[in-house]
Amino acid sequence: MTNLISQAFKNDKKKLVTFVTGGDPDFKTSLQIINTIINNGADIMEIGMPFSDPMADGPTIQLSSNRAISKGIDLENIFSLASEAKKTKIDLPIILMGYYNLILHFGIEKFVKKCKENGVDGLIIVDLQPEEDEDLINELEKNEIDLIRLITPTTDEERLKLILKNASGFLYYVSVMGTTGQKSADLNELKKSVAFIKRHTNLPVVPGFGIKNSTDVNNICKIADGAVVGSSIIKIIEDNLNNKNKMLSEISKFSKDLKDGTKV
Amino acid sequence: MLKNTYKSYPNEKGYFGQFGGRYVSETLMPLILEVEKEYEKIKNDKDFINEFNHYLKTYVGRPSPLFYAERISNDLGGPKIYFKRDELNHTGAHKINNCMGQILLAKRMGKSRIIAETGAGQHGVATATVCALFGLPCIVYMGEKDIERQSPNVFRMKLLGAEIRSVSTGSKSLKDAMNEALRDWVTNVKDTFYIIGTAAGPHPYPAMVRNFQSVIGKEVRKQLEEVEGKSPDLLMACIGGGSNALGLFHEFLDDSNVEMIAVEAAGHGINTDKHAASLTGGKPGVLHGNKTYLLQSKTGQIQEAHSISAGLDYPGIGPEHSFLFEEKRVTYMSATDKEALEAFQYCCKLEGIIPALEPAHALAVLKKIAKNYNKDKIIVMNMCGRGDKDIFTIADELKIKI
Repeated sequence: MTNLISQAFKNDKKKLVTFVTGGDPDFKTSLQIINTIINNGADIMEIGMPFSDPMADGPTIQLSSNRAISKGIDLENIFSLASEAKKTKIDLPIILMGYYNLILHFGIEKFVKKCKENGVDGLIIVDLQPEEDEDLINELEKNEIDLIRLITPTTDEERLKLILKNASGFLYYVSVMGTTGQKSADLNELKKSVAFIKRHTNLPVVPGFGIKNSTDVNNICKIADGAVVGSSIIKIIEDNLNNKNKMLSEISKFSKDLKDGTKV
Repeated sequence: MLKNTYKSYPNEKGYFGQFGGRYVSETLMPLILEVEKEYEKIKNDKDFINEFNHYLKTYVGRPSPLFYAERISNDLGGPKIYFKRDELNHTGAHKINNCMGQILLAKRMGKSRIIAETGAGQHGVATATVCALFGLPCIVYMGEKDIERQSPNVFRMKLLGAEIRSVSTGSKSLKDAMNEALRDWVTNVKDTFYIIGTAAGPHPYPAMVRNFQSVIGKEVRKQLEEVEGKSPDLLMACIGGGSNALGLFHEFLDDSNVEMIAVEAAGHGINTDKHAASLTGGKPGVLHGNKTYLLQSKTGQIQEAHSISAGLDYPGIGPEHSFLFEEKRVTYMSATDKEALEAFQYCCKLEGIIPALEPAHALAVLKKIAKNYNKDKIIVMNMCGRGDKDIFTIADELKIKI
């Protein structure tokens, strides 16, 4: 069986990768949001596992995590969201993104088994680098689930080689030094970085962090294999908490715009 | 590794048994590896050690005295009780030992901007102080709740030229201040050095902070040898993150005849949901760069801690303590807000020392257990901070208007 993530990158089209926090603003609405995004253009869906201390995230995702946690969202809910999303589009890769403590607390083996059962194709763990990921990697490999590696502007050649060792699926390039949803990438710098990574690997490179709209997506897609958008979608949730219909229609429109941005 | 070489931890990956490590975002990894590399270089460098010792002696005021607390000893009717008086250090706590070491390292690394987190404000004040001393800009992250209850320290930091950034996310205390400091660091990774205030965080911080603080225990060994001609029988200290305790304990970890007790903050009580006793009430997890005991919910969210003492109000603990706890090398006990408050007043009246609320926790347990020790035994407690910063909290608790 081929992993859905590698399969998704088989054609030359640039990929729209979207992120929302699972369970924000509540389970039911979150599922509607995820389905709306999937039906309007996402090529890969990242579902955030809400954590009390999201150290790599800016204010938008922090608030989003708090909203989900205050609704009692736990990993069981996240797995349900993943399996429901999978039903919406069977070949669309689902990635869970978050912090290591939740997985450790749940139990690594049990967590990976649940991922497999619920159609999760990959994981992004922000605070887990190659130095510490042996336990998780072993389980993931057994179950053919990708650990999507993060590469950043501070990653040097030596570390890049280390990171690429167990890399699969695609590479998530953190395009700015900072937290999510803040600064925007310098496109010239980004171009150099993507070229630097591509000299060492054939894996697709998809930048994220600070990519806010369709124009940004378009600029990034001219340089890389796709773009990740998260905080801007979550901002729509935040701005329309009292009007669910408007929230969903705006997310639908925004997703289409973002998808248009991937056409280069 | 033999069990009688506790002092040799951590291993090269920063592990104390199963605890410690490096759990940070990739953006920070290269920098943290650089901090480690530079720290390894200066650790045994004569010039660095001389410079560090020079500032400890002439600026911090070390060695701090070892004081025989005779009236408390007599009152408790048992062993001889000594206070290691780190509250007499410049800035009023043990925190400055570590700040001095880290800022000298930051200077060597050519960093031009310093950030720190603070709970009680003692680490913030100490960081602001060394930044003023060396002319570096200083930004201190502090929870909104702590800014309120530690106003004297907030003002001191401002006088010292630091910028205080109020943190209003989460529990609005130390844990959240540390999150914000990490977010700052990841954004300003090239020019910024993060002076972490306790023996926690990604490797090499837990070992580095401990080593800078270990001057406390080394002095105790020498001082006690001079006055008593022997080693202590029991060492005691309070723990939030645990740097003052490790500072006192580390020198003696391999002396199997030296007993150690560390005291966590039990807040309203260990059986309530308002305490800060991570070892007694938590389980292993990953936060702020290290694997260690943490207060967590049933679903793995980090819980808010509570303590009357802002310096102990943290849901985690340094990884070396988690290791010493599982190894049973150190006994971990706890004291409630109320017990600490009583011990605070007891110390003021009997010894003329106004302790910080943090060491008052250690004294509270010391009061209870002293009777188990004979008159020929010697207990050394780390008086790691003075209580000036706490007078408003105390007045509030005692319902006195000042």
